[in-house]
Amino acid sequence: MPYVAPSTIDEACDFLRSNPGSRVFAGATDILPQSKAGRRLPEFLVDLKRIPRLTGLNVDDKLWRIGASTPAAHLTRDSRLSGEFPGLVEAAGLIGSDQIQTRASLGGNLCNASPAADTGPSLVVNEFSAVIASPEGERTVPVTAITTGPGQTSLTNDEFIVEFLADRPAAGTSDAYQRFTPRTEMDIAVVGAGARVSVGPTGEVTNADLVLGAVAPTTVPIVGISDALVGRSLDEPGLERAADLAKEQIEPISDKRGTRDFRIHIAGVLTKRVLRTAAERAGAES
Amino acid sequence: MKTHVTCSVNGDPVEFLVDDSQTLLSALRDELKLTGVKEGCGTGDCGACSVLLNGELTCSCLVFAPEVQNSQVVTVEGLADPDNLHPLQAAFLEGAALQCGICTPGFLVAAKALLDRNPTPNEKEVRYAIAGNLCRCTGYDKIVRSILDVAADLASESETVGE
Repeated sequence: MPYVAPSTIDEACDFLRSNPGSRVFAGATDILPQSKAGRRLPEFLVDLKRIPRLTGLNVDDKLWRIGASTPAAHLTRDSRLSGEFPGLVEAAGLIGSDQIQTRASLGGNLCNASPAADTGPSLVVNEFSAVIASPEGERTVPVTAITTGPGQTSLTNDEFIVEFLADRPAAGTSDAYQRFTPRTEMDIAVVGAGARVSVGPTGEVTNADLVLGAVAPTTVPIVGISDALVGRSLDEPGLERAADLAKEQIEPISDKRGTRDFRIHIAGVLTKRVLRTAAERAGAES
Repeated sequence: MKTHVTCSVNGDPVEFLVDDSQTLLSALRDELKLTGVKEGCGTGDCGACSVLLNGELTCSCLVFAPEVQNSQVVTVEGLADPDNLHPLQAAFLEGAALQCGICTPGFLVAAKALLDRNPTPNEKEVRYAIAGNLCRCTGYDKIVRSILDVAADLASESETVGE
């Protein structure tokens, strides 16, 4: 099981094309526990952390770029990112312990494709796109195009995510991520909820989006949230309507972390809380 | 396949030969005989194998050994100087912050990582900083108190220096 650490995207693509038994990794926080649990290590381990474009954060007038292999700790320590995407940073700060966050990355969290991945709802609700490198060149796709089911992605074996891109949020727009876990720390989401809300000058909602995790094989963007909330201040009837929409549109399973009915109930509770938090951050009256 | 790794461990230049699938934990214990690093779960849950990798708190069981090429690794063996225990080690002894001791090296390294970044943590920050380390003996309280004692000492020392 040879280990290789290419230093450029081209070098990585060439290697992946000529060695189909390869698997790329960044923090190894999934691949090593999986191998410990009996899953075979790939024929070649391709470490993406030595490619400069894959590690680091960049922001210009319009756009954020987050390298796919950047450790979560670099996100949580970045005050500019925390100011503009507080929800995404909250989600990154919930991935395991400090020990895990110095290694785990957004690219790995997305491509491990756990339905309960914490950063999934925030990446989707903030309309992040992913730049994918392949032997044919680079292409940019919405993050929703990547995970297709538990442990499954649309990427072929010779492709990997280079970076995530998102427009900088406009004034009066903010996001939030909240989850329910039986324990405060070091646990996996029973339901995760990412929200993004925009408010107008008088505090009324002008746009609202909600994406739930751990309640279906992939993240679920809830349809109709804006219609339920736009034009009103964040009142209880509007939030109740949003919670009902969320509960109608999810398909959770029952497992050791919670029953289907419990997850549906929690999805409603989190919907109201996370929309309220995002709206307050965006400038709505609480 | 084997890789020849050159890196720094506790400030000393070292080199070793590892199988590519070997973890940093295994390289430290089996090749370099630094057995202060403990294997608990082997899956990143318990923190007993915590080290600083380029200054960042990391589970050495979740690092492939070849990844540390040209990196700096600090283990619990690197905390004390030849004559004195590290203040955290002295505080753990004084505060009875260990019983069986297998988790202790990981707690010491995690506590050092915290104080390196935040020399004046409050209790909540200490508890979050050691959330990735499991102890089945102490109930954590004496560990938390000992780390807070060291932080308080550091704070009063820096005041004295400032005067």
